[in-house]
Amino acid sequence: MNKITNNKAWFLVLPVFFIVAISAIIPLMTVVNYSVQDIFDPQTRFFVGTEWFEQVLADRRLHDALVRQIVFTLSVLFIEIPLGIAVALTLPRKGWGVSASMVLLALPLLIPWNVVGTIWQIFGRADIGLGGYVINLMGIDYNYSQNPMDAWVTVLVMDVWHWTSLIVLLCYAGLRSIPDAYYQAAKIDGASRWAIFRFIQLPKMQSVLVIGVLLRFMDSFMIYTEPFVLTGGGPGTATTFLSQFLVTIAVGQFDLGPAAAFSLIYFLIILLVCWVFYTVVMNAGKREEQ
Amino acid sequence: MARIDLKGLAHSYYPDPKTDEDYALRRMEHVWEDGGAYALLGPSGCGKTTLLNIISGLLTPSHGQVMFDGKDVTNLAPEERNIAQVFQFPVIYDTMTVYENLAFPLRNRGVDEKRVDARVREIAEMLDLSSKLKQKARGLGADEKQTISLGRGLVRDDVSAILFDEPLTVIDPHLKWVLRRKLKEIHNKLRPTMVYVTHDQVEALTFADKVVVMYGGKVVQLGTPQELFENPAHTFVGYFIGSPGMNIMDCNIDDGAAWIDGQRIGLSDRHLEAVSKQSGKIELGIRPEFLTLETGNVTKGDGVEVNITKVEDLGQYKIATTRFGASEIKVKLGEDEQVIGQSGILRFAPEWTKLYADSQLVA
Repeated sequence: MNKITNNKAWFLVLPVFFIVAISAIIPLMTVVNYSVQDIFDPQTRFFVGTEWFEQVLADRRLHDALVRQIVFTLSVLFIEIPLGIAVALTLPRKGWGVSASMVLLALPLLIPWNVVGTIWQIFGRADIGLGGYVINLMGIDYNYSQNPMDAWVTVLVMDVWHWTSLIVLLCYAGLRSIPDAYYQAAKIDGASRWAIFRFIQLPKMQSVLVIGVLLRFMDSFMIYTEPFVLTGGGPGTATTFLSQFLVTIAVGQFDLGPAAAFSLIYFLIILLVCWVFYTVVMNAGKREEQ
Repeated sequence: MARIDLKGLAHSYYPDPKTDEDYALRRMEHVWEDGGAYALLGPSGCGKTTLLNIISGLLTPSHGQVMFDGKDVTNLAPEERNIAQVFQFPVIYDTMTVYENLAFPLRNRGVDEKRVDARVREIAEMLDLSSKLKQKARGLGADEKQTISLGRGLVRDDVSAILFDEPLTVIDPHLKWVLRRKLKEIHNKLRPTMVYVTHDQVEALTFADKVVVMYGGKVVQLGTPQELFENPAHTFVGYFIGSPGMNIMDCNIDDGAAWIDGQRIGLSDRHLEAVSKQSGKIELGIRPEFLTLETGNVTKGDGVEVNITKVEDLGQYKIATTRFGASEIKVKLGEDEQVIGQSGILRFAPEWTKLYADSQLVA
């Protein structure tokens, strides 16, 4: 069969191309432009090649922030994914409880991010915050603005509070799609609770979990607003994650060249991790089918 | 394998049932023999799946008891009842291989691996799954998935009963026939107690030793396929079993005969005696197979004059649709019988003419 080619079709793609160009490609190219130049003022600029990249990659502060970022993101994933699955499994399947729990779970997701930071900033304060006050009352010396460990725990708990609902909702949707006959058959086959989870529920949740892990990875790896409001990256640099470090260079020190180089590296890390994760998971699925 | 007793069994989905209509399953009393193949046959919503789920333990009946071999299992969960069930749509464990799927019910019960292997291979052999044992179950077609479900139902040899809930709905017609025959073969070989829910009479009649016909939450007849055909205990059975179903007409009893729209149909003394004790709506039923249609130059005799509205030739036989007064009567004719003209004489075989009072067989 001969393929019919009609070049007019390209005109139909043009609007999308324009939108993507303005929203993504042109800004990204501006960043690329900054990353290879040293700019003093619009007339005085020098091409510096890979100098900014080398400088940024050798920066100790960046290494520290990257390590913190990785630890934070892994902690978030290891807490939120199992917790989300566990909560989804215990949610009611019918009755008024369904809508009640949906509304309750959706609440944290609806709150603006900087408000989330403010809520926890106040909640955790030892003098006027309910949480901080109660913890100190229990005899634990807790102060997130002075003790790095306390700051870490607070940021982590805040993120869990904010985002576990997303995993719960995704998993719940996956669980709801399982027909009753599966549970009945499993009962009759004498399957244990664990076997039902392992062989019926988990496989049905697999695809939504992939999306959940990707979203939580990307979001937590780029986290900025909430810790910025809560701890401002402190005490010291204890909770300074990558994006906060980036803002310090770009806006604080106005080092646009290094900041641009770093932005590109940051972008590539996220892209690479997501791509590897997605490819591995999808290939595993395909291999199983054969 | 076990005998199943249903003692005073009834079920309502309402907490406080009052009228008969509130019951999904009306009170019943039955004994199903050990090693029998029973089919539950009836239209959608007649309560057959409810009854099956009560036997399997997925549903606890609101009234009465279920006994397996004399042991009361009414309040036991499905896994404690030692039964197997195959559902309408294939239930397979996606991430397992075909082998693991078949072995699952055995391994869950701690059967030793040697025995598991022997059973799985035996069942796979019976169901033609041997070549696919190592494949992942998720990549297979609906037919094969349902075959695996069947296999999981059959793999345990110590079950009290195997229950099938319209298991061949998703199967292609030609494979349906093959699988049905396989089930029958397996039944003949292993003699498990099997209960098979279906709304397809051909499926019920070919599979089962005994067919339980259900209608409106009641068991209206329990009998062999032959009994259902020759002696329908309820007008519904007459109408539901057979193709086309039984002709059923309102009639009056007078002067030693049945009268339908002013035409006389002779009855035997047996009929007259039985019907004399009955009040309520009397209906006359006769299967299309037991009517004779004479056309051309014939004398009326004890027959009924009818108009012939349609003759359909179905290859091996013909169906003639005839009409007199308000009644439409179908007649099954041999392939070679000729129909001449638009009218004829219909003769009723007295021994196959049935009388029903309020839908129940009288004689």
